[in-house]
Amino acid sequence: MMQHALNPSAEGTRLAPEERVPGARRTGAPGGDSGREGWLRRWWLPITGVTGVVGVGLTVWLGLWVTPPSAEMANLVRLLYVHPPVAWVCYLAFSVTTLASLAYLWPRTRAMGWDWLAGASAEVGVVFAGLTLASGSIWGKPTWGTWWVWDARLTTTAILAVLYVGYLALRRVPADPTVAAKRSAIAAIIAFADVPINYLSVYWWNTLHQTGTVLNPTQQIKVEGIMAWTLLLGFVAFTLVYVWMTGVRFRIAALDARLDSEGLEIALAERESEGVTQGADAESATRSLSGVGIGLAAPEGAHFVAAGGEQ
Amino acid sequence: MWRDAILVAQKDLRVELRSRVATNQVVPFALVVLVLFAFALDPSTGLLRQAAPGLYWVAVCFAAVLATQRSFSLEPGGDALRCSGLDAAGVFLGKAIAVALQLALLQAVLTAGVVVLYGVSLRGGIILLGAGLATTVGLAASGVLYGLLTGGIQVRETLLPLLLLPVLAPVLLSATRVWSAALAGTPSFADPWLSLLAVFAAVYTAAGIVAFPALMEVS
Repeated sequence: MMQHALNPSAEGTRLAPEERVPGARRTGAPGGDSGREGWLRRWWLPITGVTGVVGVGLTVWLGLWVTPPSAEMANLVRLLYVHPPVAWVCYLAFSVTTLASLAYLWPRTRAMGWDWLAGASAEVGVVFAGLTLASGSIWGKPTWGTWWVWDARLTTTAILAVLYVGYLALRRVPADPTVAAKRSAIAAIIAFADVPINYLSVYWWNTLHQTGTVLNPTQQIKVEGIMAWTLLLGFVAFTLVYVWMTGVRFRIAALDARLDSEGLEIALAERESEGVTQGADAESATRSLSGVGIGLAAPEGAHFVAAGGEQ
Repeated sequence: MWRDAILVAQKDLRVELRSRVATNQVVPFALVVLVLFAFALDPSTGLLRQAAPGLYWVAVCFAAVLATQRSFSLEPGGDALRCSGLDAAGVFLGKAIAVALQLALLQAVLTAGVVVLYGVSLRGGIILLGAGLATTVGLAASGVLYGLLTGGIQVRETLLPLLLLPVLAPVLLSATRVWSAALAGTPSFADPWLSLLAVFAAVYTAAGIVAFPALMEVS
């Protein structure tokens, strides 16, 4: 029954008037007007997930067993197949969050779907930012001798992660969905405005005060043959995993919103139908159907509701 | 817009003048932070004097968070501002001006504190002033922007620092560099730090003017 597009009356209760802008359907927003989870239920999401996970497995196998150790880096080079793809996904995810937030704020494309996409992508992005920092540290310890250096890239990535942890904390603050969506979108954009300033400051700081201690090792390695293919596979696989995770998280957000808007009605309808099929006396059934308030206020009605709850 | 801005700034400053929260709590708090740094870093080794620019700006950033929180705890919910009919950009500028003036006062006290407690001798006056001005505008603008963003939220006290302090990272870094260079006797307008501070101030002032009308609706 979940496959059906939401019926028009439910749409009306869910969306504030400003959400129902003409053209929202035409823009192809992920949360366009109808079938908002429908397109995610199609065949491609699980296939993307399976392909991505298999691809990551293949990358690990190729990276650990098939590819040769490199001349300069020996076995450390094997992190090359994981770290840059993971970092790429982190930046991709935060870019998607920013674009989705812009799309939400732009009146012609405003739809709750963009908000869900922004949140889903940011959550996956923070996970991948953590993975980027962790894999970078694991690389750094044997290569540079410490877990952490105040390199421009590392520092920017760390601050980026903290910025979006704050963004996610703001998203979790309970509020009316449209209020929360607008607030989150603005927060995402003003946080993103900080990223280039941040990068510049850290870059200058680093180059002015730490000249030449750290260069990105990836640029010193010649990547050829099977190594290049493994790296490419890593990029594709982790990107597919990102798409899959974001898609699943998006769907959860959509279902959550649906539960919020329709859950009470469905629960009430179920209670009422249970009462009727059990042959509860007609009077209290009628009373309950005529309004929750009356049903709960009258002792008999309260008893009726409690009896239904035991089933 | 400017008329509304001046109205709001006057209102906030008058409240501060009468309640004396800024002078009796925020400024002493910043001084306490300076003293705590002295306990954490042994003053006799000269480390304190070396680190003085950074410690100074960390104290200013903490105090800016407090001043911002105070600025929005004056507003009984976002409704009062919305119902006032004032121009949203004017409200933003007014609150930012009020916070900026308080931060300027705070920095004057803290500078004296650094000179007295850490034994720092001030050099490169114009550059220090320029950095102070640009940083104050940037801190006030970003602080007020995030203050309204977290406006009607119950967990504001904990959420605001989490959101604001990472954003202030480039400000802290740049202002510290300017001060370090100036105190070391090599102040230079050629360094990118001062212009970075100015860019930050401009970006967040513009962002505030643009975003405030939308934010006033949701706070």
